[in-house]
Formats: sequence, C-alpha cells, structure tokens
Amino acid sequence: MDIRTPVATSYGDWLQKFEETWKSQIAKLTAKFGSAIEETRMPVAFATDVPIVYVKAEKIVEVLSFVKTDPDFVYDLLSDLTAIDEMPAEPRFEVVYNLFSYSKPCRMRFKVRVSEGQDVPTLTGVWKGANWAEREVFDMFGIKFRGHPDLRRILMDVRWEGHPLRKDYPLRGYQIFPTAMPVDPTLLED
Amino acid sequence: MHETLGNKHGVHSEHISVDHDPDDLWGDSRVIVNIGPTHPAMHGALRMVAKLNGETIEKSYCEFGYTHRAKEKLGENRTYHQFVVYTDRLNYCSALSNNVTYAMAVERLMGVEVPERAIWIRMICAELARVIDHLICVGINAVDIGAFSFFLYGFHQREEAYTLIEKLCGARLTTSYTRIGGLMADAPEGWEKEVKAWVQKTRKVIDEMDKLLTGNRIWLDRTVGVGVFNKEQCMQYSFTGPSARASGIDRDLRRDQPSMFYKEVEFDVPIGKNGDVFDRYMCRLEEIRQSLNIVMQCADKIKPGPIWSEDKRVRIPDKDVVHNTMEGLIHHFKFFMKGFDVPPGEAYTTFEGTNGELGFYIVSKGDPMAHRMRIRGPSVWHYQALSPMSEGGKIADMVAILGSINIIAGELDR
Repeated sequence: MDIRTPVATSYGDWLQKFEETWKSQIAKLTAKFGSAIEETRMPVAFATDVPIVYVKAEKIVEVLSFVKTDPDFVYDLLSDLTAIDEMPAEPRFEVVYNLFSYSKPCRMRFKVRVSEGQDVPTLTGVWKGANWAEREVFDMFGIKFRGHPDLRRILMDVRWEGHPLRKDYPLRGYQIFPTAMPVDPTLLED
Repeated sequence: MHETLGNKHGVHSEHISVDHDPDDLWGDSRVIVNIGPTHPAMHGALRMVAKLNGETIEKSYCEFGYTHRAKEKLGENRTYHQFVVYTDRLNYCSALSNNVTYAMAVERLMGVEVPERAIWIRMICAELARVIDHLICVGINAVDIGAFSFFLYGFHQREEAYTLIEKLCGARLTTSYTRIGGLMADAPEGWEKEVKAWVQKTRKVIDEMDKLLTGNRIWLDRTVGVGVFNKEQCMQYSFTGPSARASGIDRDLRRDQPSMFYKEVEFDVPIGKNGDVFDRYMCRLEEIRQSLNIVMQCADKIKPGPIWSEDKRVRIPDKDVVHNTMEGLIHHFKFFMKGFDVPPGEAYTTFEGTNGELGFYIVSKGDPMAHRMRIRGPSVWHYQALSPMSEGGKIADMVAILGSINIIAGELDR
C-alpha cells in the first residue's frame, strides 16, 4: 500500500449520517451567495472529515452570520478559529472556521484564503468569543483582522518580533525582556 | 481625583476620567489592582488587571501566555508518536482524557481501528480523568471561597484514583498512556475489581461532600447568583462542557456525537438553569456521579483481549520480536527514529473533555509530522469570559467565578 496517495478514510460514520444535510446545505449556500463561494470540498472526494467551504475574504462575515441563524443550518457554535500557513503556496494563509450545530448536531468547516499582508474582516460582531481566537491567529501568523476591537498579541509578549507558527520562523532563538509588561491603564477605559 | 497604580517601570499613565456619580461610595476614586500572574488565588500563571470602585470590579482585562510552550509548533516538528507526551501537559488535571482524544484524532486520520478492550480501557481512563478533574475543580473552588475541609474529602479519593492510574502506566500525573492504535500497556490483572471498589467508595464520599457543602449557608451566599452567564452569552463565547450545561445548554458530545462505546453505556446529562457558580458546582458534582456510573458499566463489560491494532503502520513491535529478529529490530528502529506516515487529509476530532470540547485539528500532508496541529482547549474560550462575567461583581466573586470555570493554565497557554 502506498500511503502517500490519499486513502479512502471514512473518518468515522459522519458521512452516512449527514451526507444529505451537507449536500442540501451546500446547494443552498452556492445558490444564495454565488461567486462568494470559491470552492466546496466534500468528504471522500477530498481527504477531509467534514465539507470545507472556501469563501471570499470579503464575504466571510456575511456567510457565517447567515449559517449561524438560518433554520436550515444553525451552526451556532464557533467551535474553533485558527489558521494554516501553506507556504510556498499563494495565497499563503488559510483562516479556518470550525463550526458546530448544536441542534443537528453536525459540523462544517469554512476557510478563507489570505495572502501576506491582506486582512480578513473580523468575526467579533457575530460571535464575541472570536475576539481572542483572532488575536491568537494574529499573534501566531500575523494575519490582521479588519475592525477587530483590540488586535494585540495574546500568547507572546507584546514586544515579541515575528510570528511563531509561520513555516519560515526559526525553531531556535531567544527574545528576552528584562521586565514584565506593566499595567496598561488605557485598556481599562470605558 | 485620586488613583493608585502599581507602576514601578516608569510608564506614565493617564488619569482615568470618570464622571461624578452621586451614589458613588468612594467619591471619584478608582483603584487599579493587578492580580497575578503569581497569586495564590489565580489557578496557574494567569493575570487579571481590574479597575475597582471600592470592591466592585468596573472593568478588567486578562492576560495569559506565561507558560506558553509552543505545543502547536512542536506538533509540527515532532512525529505523531512523540507528540503523545506533550498532550499530557495540556490539561494536566485530566491528562488521560487528552491522551485518549489525541490518539483518537490520529487514528481517525489514518483509518486505524482499535480493538475492543483498548476502547473500554480508554473509556474508563477518560471517565477517571473526569472524576479527578471535577473533584479538583469543586474542591479548589471551595478552598478559594474558604471551605477547606471539603477539598480534603475529595483529595483522598483523587489520590486513590491516581494510584489506579499508576497501576496502569506507572505514572500518576503525566500518564502518556495511549499510543496511536493502542495502549502503552494492558491493565494489570484484577484492575477492574480495584476500579469497582474505588467507585463504591467514591460514591459514598461524593454523597458526604454533597451533604457537607451544598446546603451550607455561607456557600450559598457566595455562589448563588454570582457570575451569571445565560444561554445566549454562553453561545457568544463558545462555552462547552459543564460550564455551558450549567446555563441550560443541553449538549454533551458523549451523547450527541458518540465516539468509542458511549452509545452502549447509560448515563444522564445534568443540566443547570441559572448559569451561576452554584449551578456549575452542582453540574460538576452530578457529573462525577454519572462518570462513576459509566466507569462501573465499563468495568463490567471489559473482556480480556488484544490492546493493539494489528495495523502494521502504527503497531509498535513487541520487545521479544525486537530482540530476537532482525526485521523486528529494523521496524522498531524505523518507528522511533523516523515515525510513521499519516495519509494526507485533515480532520477536526473532538471529545467531551472534562471542561468542554477538547479538539485536535490535524492537517497532514503525508509526512510523519503534522502540517498543522491545532489544539482547541476549552479553557481559552472560558477564560475569555472571565472579564464580562466578573464585571459588576466584587473582587472576591471573581475568585469564585475563576474557580467555577476551571481554567487550567497548561491548556490555556499550550
């Protein structure tokens, strides 16, 4: 067996359970948003556990607030928000939104392709909890979120240089700061 | 206008302008208090900076990352087998749960089937971890509020559970028990009986703890109506697990998205109503009982059998094969030096961890190391809500709230 070629891993029994739901949902999405949906990838045809919907960066907030509330979707939980560095591909980054529907209950994944320096509209207006996740993506990958209320580094020190989860980031090295960051009273203003 | 700042580093701070409020007890004064990162009431190296009006928190911000160990980066630079040990150090109160979820995530990517016995043992492990984690959560929550002896009741049972885990894998805290496609070692003979005896004893202790604290006047005063987060707010902040269930969100991934053999065991999912500290405490206490039931059922159903998948890609060769055959030695060497390739693909595998949805989003490009190893820890999302939950409350309430959502720094910082 050549394990470098994609195998027909079924990733559990989700496909049998949700195939119809997913297909009708994707059909509805493409009908409603048209060219805003760049590409859809279904399981089996592509090596993925749930369908992936690639959305144009400009339209991501519109699409996600639609799938959050529409009765056919109700993906009301933002399970995870992260990014992948696909260097040397262009566009370089993919921002990944893993959504979960409490009522179905099934999952779907949305992705946005972003090139270096391009920014993505923030999701904080749809889910307040996206705030820190977007800060983490900014911290780790350097992807900026347009309209984010407080886009600072979160895991690394604010004085840190570089974005550690990029593929071209060196694996060894130090950045040592003599003091901890003092209290920042500007963050406590109303 | 008066203002105090713990400002040793010479950073000039602007005075905060606050409009005069006639009901304001303290005039116009506001005090900024820095709590943590090393503070006995903070669970791990967390920091909260709060602007206080008297004792009331008006606004605050939280910081973390002091124990950031770049686990996601390590996941891209270590083989899948090597990464097992790093999962222990995520939520170190329930290391077994992380081990199990990680193993499931990689097996799902590879299409590896694990034999029955291994799955039953894994389920016992996950539930043992849940009991341990909840015991420490409710115990420490009570300690923070001032009820010390309550914690010690649970602590004894927790140590007993660690002894059971030690019999499984030799370690008490950092277990590294699962392997991709199996387990490190089989459970020793008679282990199920010991587990059952422990369950019987723990049930009594839980009842005792329940009687000791639940109706206590001071406990009720400190927890009921404190840190209320309703259903809508929980959904906004992606709450999962007991903290979400305390607000009335009727979801448990063990029941709704069953993995392993959770379909074959019976258990109830306790749901709270008010979403305050007390409901979170009650949910956790009831979940301990349900977990004990699950452990009991698993211990009944477990049968002797293999604990390793026979998939050649992941099976670690037995020691007598390694020592006595050339092929076995080569296999062993290749396995540990190079690792095994995982077919290209991506999957986001979740499990109802002790504090909520624990997820591993792994993207593979066909190499022995992951292309992207994202760890979704529930603590991050819960900690984010600490500021909105504690605003308007007293500073002592913040301590109660922090204990009730059970932030584990290892999982928070990754």
